[in-house]
Parts: sequence; C-alpha cells; structure tokens
Amino acid sequence: MTAQTYSLSPKEKSFVSWHLLVAMVALALGTLFGPLQAFEHAGLNLYPFLQPLIKSYYQGLTLHGVLNALVWTTFFITGFLTFNVIYGLKRPLRYPTLNQVGFWLMIVGLVMAAIPILLNKASVLYTFYPPMKAHWAYYVGLTLVVVGSWVEGYGFYFTYAAWRKENPGERTPFIAFASVLTMVLWQIATLGVAVEMLTMLIPWSLGLIETVDPQLARTYFWFTGHPLVYFWLLPAYISWYAMLPKQVGGKMFSDSLARLAFWLFLLLSVPLGFHHQYVDPGVPAGWKFVHAVLTFSVFFPSLLTAFTVIASLEYGARKNGGTGLFRWVLALPWRDPSVAAQLLAGLLFFFGGIGGLANAAYNVNLELHNTTFVPGHFHLTVATGVTLTFMGVSYWLVPYLTGKKLWKPDLARWQAWLWFIGMIIFSNAMHVLGILGAPRRTPLGDAPYVPAEWNSRLLQVGIGGGILFISAILYFAVMIGTAFSKVKVEKEVEVPVAEALQPVSQTPAWLDRWAPWVYAALALIVIAYGPQLYEQIRNISLTSPGFRVW
Amino acid sequence: MSTTSLHVHPYEKRWIIFSIVLLIVFTAAVAIAAFALGIQVPSPEQRVDPRTVAVDPNSPWSNPGLREIAPGRYEAYILAQTWQFQPREIRVPVGSRVTFYVTSKDVQHTFKIQDTNINVQVVPGQVSKLTVTFKKPGTYPFICSEYCGVGHAGMFGQIIVTP
Ligand code: HEM
Ligand SMILES: [Cu+2]
Repeated sequence: MTAQTYSLSPKEKSFVSWHLLVAMVALALGTLFGPLQAFEHAGLNLYPFLQPLIKSYYQGLTLHGVLNALVWTTFFITGFLTFNVIYGLKRPLRYPTLNQVGFWLMIVGLVMAAIPILLNKASVLYTFYPPMKAHWAYYVGLTLVVVGSWVEGYGFYFTYAAWRKENPGERTPFIAFASVLTMVLWQIATLGVAVEMLTMLIPWSLGLIETVDPQLARTYFWFTGHPLVYFWLLPAYISWYAMLPKQVGGKMFSDSLARLAFWLFLLLSVPLGFHHQYVDPGVPAGWKFVHAVLTFSVFFPSLLTAFTVIASLEYGARKNGGTGLFRWVLALPWRDPSVAAQLLAGLLFFFGGIGGLANAAYNVNLELHNTTFVPGHFHLTVATGVTLTFMGVSYWLVPYLTGKKLWKPDLARWQAWLWFIGMIIFSNAMHVLGILGAPRRTPLGDAPYVPAEWNSRLLQVGIGGGILFISAILYFAVMIGTAFSKVKVEKEVEVPVAEALQPVSQTPAWLDRWAPWVYAALALIVIAYGPQLYEQIRNISLTSPGFRVW
Repeated sequence: MSTTSLHVHPYEKRWIIFSIVLLIVFTAAVAIAAFALGIQVPSPEQRVDPRTVAVDPNSPWSNPGLREIAPGRYEAYILAQTWQFQPREIRVPVGSRVTFYVTSKDVQHTFKIQDTNINVQVVPGQVSKLTVTFKKPGTYPFICSEYCGVGHAGMFGQIIVTP
C-alpha cells in the first residue's frame, strides 16, 4: 500500500498552477477592498484617494465580492479538484485539451466581466439583483466562467469513466470521488443562475427584452446561491477529511462515513434555497418553512464531518504522544503552517456554523436579514473556513507544483494566526452590530442614522480589518517569495493523503454508486422547488425595466 | 461487488443520534415560534406594476402614508424609491397596531424598522406586508438595508410613537 509514488507530469503541474495563480491574483485584488470597507466602517474613509480609479464604495464592494467569492474560489477549486482527480485516480486526464478549453473559457469570461466592473459599469455587487442593470459583458463574462468550469467538470467525468473501465469493482479513491462529487453538485446547483442569465439578464442587458421579473430572478439566483457555499466548502472538507489527518500523522477515521457525508451534501444542499428568501414578499411562508426544515437537515453531514475530522486528528495526536481529554490538541504539529492554518480555519468555521444555525432559523432571520450579522457569519465560513484552509493547502501544494521550498514558513505561520485573531475581532464586532440592527452593504461611516452606541463596535471592525490586512500581505509575500525562490525542495513534496483506519475495500458498495444518489438529489429538487418554480413562472410579471443607480 | 455493511464506531453512533435529536429540537423550536407564537414571515400579498404604482390614482402608493382603519389600527402604505422612503415620518400613539404595505417603484430595497420584527425585502412588482404593534413610545428609525445605489446609506425615515 505504498501508493505515494505517483506524480503529476510537468504539464499537469503547470496546468494546476495556472488555476492557482489566477485565483491568488484575484484574492490579492479582492481582499484589498476588505480592509478599506472595514476602515470606512470605523470612520476612516480612504476612498477619496482611489479616485478616479475606483469611483465608489460600491465599485469596490463589487470587486471584493466577485473577486473573492466567485473568482478566487472557483479558480482555486477547479485547480485543486483537477489535482485531486489526477492524483487520486493515478492517471492523467482523459482529454487534457477539453480541460484546457474549460480553463480558457473561464479566463475569457473573467476578463469580460472584469472590464465593465473596472469601468464602473457593473457596480451591482456579486449578487447582481435586477432590476439594477449592469453592462451585458458582466453577465456574459460571469456565465462563461461558470460554463468553463462545467467543461472542466466534463473533463473529470471522462477521466473518471476511463479509470472505472480500467479498475472495475474497485472503490474510487476518496479524494477523486469527493472531487468528482463536488463538481456534480456544482453543475446541478448552477442551473438556477444559468436560467436566470440566459432567460432574463443577458437578453435584457443586450436590449432584446425590455423588462424582467425581479422576484423570479431572486428565486433562480438562490437556487444556486446556497449550494454555491457547499461548492466552496467541500474542497476544504476534502482536505480536512483526507489530507490534514496525514499531515498530523494520523489516519482517516472512517472512509465510509466521509463518503456518506459527501453524498448527503449532494442530496440536501440544493433544495433549501428559500432560506435566503425568508423575507421575500413573493414566496409563500409555507414553502419557506419547508426549506427551513431541510436547512436543518443539511447540518447533519456537517456534524458528521466535525466528529470524523476531530477523531482523525485525535488519533494522529495520540500517536504523537498526546494525552488527556483535550490536551492532545497540543500534540498536533502546530509548527507546520499548513496544519496551523487549517486547524484555525476549522475552529472558526465551527463558530460560523453555529451562527449559520441561528441565521437559518426562519423567524430569527427577521432580525438578522441584511444586517452585518450576515457578512460577520460568512467571513467565518467562506472567508476563513474555506479561504484560510485553501491558504493552508497552498503551503504544501505550491511547493509540490513548483518544486520550490516554502519561503519563510515562520511568516506563513504568523499569517495563519493573524488571520485567526483579526477575524475573531472583525467578525465578532460584525455579529454584534448586526444584532443591534446595523445594515450590511452600507458605508456606515456615512449613514446618518448610526447611533453612538455602535461606535466602539465599528472601531473593532476597523481594527480586525487592519490585522487581516497584515495577514493577507504576509500570505502573498510567502507565495511570491516561494515562486521566485532559488531554493529547490530536496525531493518531491509528499502529497498528504491519509489512509483510512478500515481498509477502503470494506467501504460498502452503495457508497460508491452514482445513479441512485444523483436521481434522489434531482427528485428532491423537483419536490422542494418544482411547485414554487411552476407557480412563479406561470405568474411571471415582466414589469421591471433596468436602472443604473450608481 | 462485495456486500460489506457500513461500519460505525460506537462513539460515532452516539454522536449521530445526538446530532439527529439536536436538529429535531431546533426544528421544533422554529415550528413553535412560527405556529404557536405567531411570528410570521411575509407571504405573497399582491402584484403591482412598478412603472405605474406611484402615479396611478387608483394605487394607494400614489398617495403613500398612514390610514386609520379602526381605533388604534392603521395601515401604512410606504413607497420605496432611490434613495428615500415616502413618507419619511409616521406618527402613531403607543399601542397602535400598524400593517405596513411596502413596494418599490424602481430597484430592490429592504424595509427594516429598528427594534421591531419588521425587516422585509422590497421587490418591485411585489407588495411586502407585515404587521407590528408598537408597545413602547419612542422613535423607531426605519432604514433601507439592501444596496440600492450610491445614495443607499442615506435612505431612512422614522416612526414616532407618542405616549
Ligand atoms: C482582509 C480580509 C477581509 C476583510 C477585512 C473583509 C471585510 C469585509 C467587509 C467590511 C464587508 C462588508 C461590506 C458591506 O456590507 O458594506 C465584506 C463583504 C464581503 N466579503 Fe469580505 N473581507 C475580507 C476578506 C474576504 C474574503 C477572503 C472573502 C471570500 C473569500 C470575502 C467575501 C466577502 C463577500 C462575499 C462580501 C459581501 C459583498 C456584498 O455584500 O456584496 N471577504 N468584507
Ligand atoms: Cu434602498
């Protein structure tokens, strides 16, 4: 079982590296605006200095949302999944050209979307709710990014099918299985936004139709919007389940339960998008309640994940001599920046999950909708649980791909801790402000209704943002330092893939069969969404012309 | 194909049971709040045409404001637009029960009254309806909390509840 000898070809390495490079450039530009927003909240408005390059807080916020939440994630994830499919299956892509076409489509889309944003012709934020109307290139560009990622996904499917033919009856290696599943989830999830783009926003922005239905557009959008977060999260889970345990000297506690959790995500993550629309006027309360219940059900695989991942870590820590009920945590290899980043990411993600439960609780949402509680929440999840994990992954993956030693691991470790500390301060203040009623998507330094009692919290938002800014600089310094370093690794970096405690051959066959799960997922979507979609489409009211309000 | 069955560690079994119970409790809590305590989220009310809703003389939003429908009971028709609410100020005596009907004549907004349960997305073409009883005198700001353009941060008004 010494399966560690497989290696990606130089071409494959460079293909994956390009994904990561684009992702990191996006993150570098995107995060830049985070601290600016945070400082603005604290009363330090730096936007006048960005004129005429960046014309408003909202042009910046559009960049922040699009570059971080859409570009950084999608490019890093497609790159990481490509790596996992090749490395996991220990075979090259079946049709590498297909994957390259997908990648280039994503690049073309990215450039197309970036131009109108940079020209201030698309300051509609990353949710682009109509009837705010952006330049058509923004919609077409974002659509191409998604289509490109689909094409890369088709490349995965062909590769997987080829592997299956060569290895009949064998269990799919976990990281490849989970990566293909993540792509399937993404392709189902993005149907909503694809329909929104193709039937409404693109023809409308091109002037082919005059008006749209903003309520129906929201329903399409959130069909995609919620499972989108699982598309971000599952690659981080892949690392936590299957890679982090190896990095801490342990094993995967249970291969079967890991797969079960992934199947449940595929099954449950789409049919609950109305929990983003609890306060929408055009969706019946009854359906909102149904989706609220389904929302709680998707916490189950996350709770399963918490157990399995912690058990795997504990197993590793005890093998390293860790003892005690909780003291074993100290026996984890915290000095490894990749490990430290992911452990800290997981810890904050746990609190993010609790906040999410509150937010999802139907009527509690009446208090929290569109308050700073929401960005407070998702900076723990996507901006830390996911982003800091990806940073941690890059601390071994980039050396693997480039053959260069990680530049200044000490700085990398500082980076992880500063992100953790900065985020605690930032996110805590955002949560509290949200409970006090502070609206999100608002330059609060400029709002006339801000009561004095918010001021100390707004200041904390700024302080947290400043610490995060330093952390981000350290991250890019380490990445650039590594890329340009002259110090090569002595031998190829070992890819951390943990073995399971129970041999994989003992994983039941029903956990490695696609059709029943995919059909069940589609059926559940039809049940949970079908009637309302039918209603809303039947009663479509195309009454909203477009507005440019920035 | 082998017929191995799912192997679950005893601790993990306990955790699974705990998780399921926890989520059932949460669901029950929400159900009780929704059905027994009557805390409600909005439901479809009526459709309007945002292009005419502010000018059509038959539309209540062509003359937005407060109407008393019975002693202590009011209807408030609020028109949201970039970047203001009409009316900007409402006065009601303490103990009043007010039903808000909010719509937009342009882009999306959110109508959120601070320190109350009222927080609703305002979508052009739809009417957002929610009811609240003002039990304490004071000033309740209402603010827009959905991005609606460059002037969004200044979009607010207030309800003055008189003793
Ligand atoms: C340097 C670290 C960061 C800081 C200080 C920061 C700060 C902020 C602040 C203050 C807001 C709220 C703006 C408003 O509602 O008016 C915000 C929004 C947001 N942030 Fe960040 N952020 C950071 C990193 C990230 C990362 C890494 C991601 C995602 C991967 C992210 C994703 C988002 C998204 C999606 C929004 C919502 C945008 C919208 O409302 O349209 N942020 N950020
Ligand atoms: Cu507004």
